[in-house]
Amino acid sequence: MSTLRREAGLAMAVARKDALAELRGRHATVSALFFAAVVLLLFGFALGPDSARLAAAAPGLLWLAVVFAGILAVNRLHLLETEDGALEQLALYPVPRRVIYAGKAIGGFAVMLVLALVVLGAVGVLFAIDIAAAWFPLLVTVVLGAAGIAAVGTFYAGVTVRLRAREVMLPLLMLPVLAPLLLGAVKATAAALAGDPFGELGAWLQLLVAFDVIMIVAGAATYGFLLED
Amino acid sequence: MKTRILGFVALTAVAAMTGIGLFVVPADLNQGDAQRIMYPHVASAWLAYLSFGVTAISGILWLWKRDLRFDAVALAGAEIGVMFTAFAIWGGMMWGRPIWGVFWQWEDPRLTTTALLLALYVGYLLLRQLTDDPERRATRAAIVGVVAAVDIPIVHFSVEWWRGLHQTATIGSPDRVLNPAAPMVFVGTLLGMLGAFTLAWGYLMIRRYQLARAEVQREEAARLDRLMSARTAEPAR
Repeated sequence: MSTLRREAGLAMAVARKDALAELRGRHATVSALFFAAVVLLLFGFALGPDSARLAAAAPGLLWLAVVFAGILAVNRLHLLETEDGALEQLALYPVPRRVIYAGKAIGGFAVMLVLALVVLGAVGVLFAIDIAAAWFPLLVTVVLGAAGIAAVGTFYAGVTVRLRAREVMLPLLMLPVLAPLLLGAVKATAAALAGDPFGELGAWLQLLVAFDVIMIVAGAATYGFLLED
Repeated sequence: MKTRILGFVALTAVAAMTGIGLFVVPADLNQGDAQRIMYPHVASAWLAYLSFGVTAISGILWLWKRDLRFDAVALAGAEIGVMFTAFAIWGGMMWGRPIWGVFWQWEDPRLTTTALLLALYVGYLLLRQLTDDPERRATRAAIVGVVAAVDIPIVHFSVEWWRGLHQTATIGSPDRVLNPAAPMVFVGTLLGMLGAFTLAWGYLMIRRYQLARAEVQREEAARLDRLMSARTAEPAR
């Protein structure tokens, strides 16, 4: 237990470093938020102006915007580490590698959560959806979705950050892996907004939990190899 | 020489099973001749999963043992797996057109899962091409291959749920062919095709592995060459 607590503290230190850098520079959040807003606007043009159709498509549009903007954000967060040999310094930390992964993932999770919540609000306003009525299941879905994107994104950003073609490789690798998360999050959001008439919300949230747990374990187990190379 | 014999046997087996599947086995009562597509289709799908399993296990073995031969096996598995996946999707679409009336059926979980599988491993192969150093390439590829393999069951379950939590299986799903109630001729042909395709898979795996080893050796030789010429060129400056 004490090891776990110590490692959690170390991970929080890495996360705090990322959060501080993000708060001062705002490299990831601002650009990702504007990107998400533009994406939502274009979705509206592509599917609108029939407001009933937009409202029906809203859960899917919400999560597509979050996933696309999330990819931008994790890329920016990791790009920070490539400057001034920061990644080498990170690899020199005398702590288990999973701690560094956890720290980076927690930092990414914070950014992703802000992103997802703002996009959720924007979807509510733009597509005239009453998100306040189902705020609690929506919040759970957003937290689980943000955690999944951060877990996968931290791992794949670590893989691609030193590639020349990282801007194209990151989404290419991440998007197919995120497909189950997208399915689960969209279905859970739709069920929550409809008041869960078929009682399937719990099943989708379970899927999201399973996805998050598996991806966090896989990321924590393999991230160390990335830092070594 | 042994590999060549294996290749010859595999070729003969595939040709023989193709002949049997096309001309000897009677057509299916419900689906007609279209059902014959199922023999190579199911065989390719099975080999695609086998290949990706090989890639994941070889990746873990590389991370553990640090022997580049495992990486060559992983590459062979991924490339051949992508080929069989593409072939399985193509066969599924050719079958879907006469049976379902459309090439692409979003409600079939296997089709959509397989399409994602193709995307996962095409990404894997692209990632390999972008890294020059053999050991880095092996490490990055290994962990991406492991995560992709872990993702496959989640993709499968999520897609299965997604198409409807309360819907019966699509008519004429591949299960029917493996159903014990299906006549023995069909089952026998399918198993024969499976065996023939697996032989061909083994031959391709060996050849691709040999090629991958040769490529790495050539890269190494070229690198040594550059080092040597750099060293001899130095005093002249």
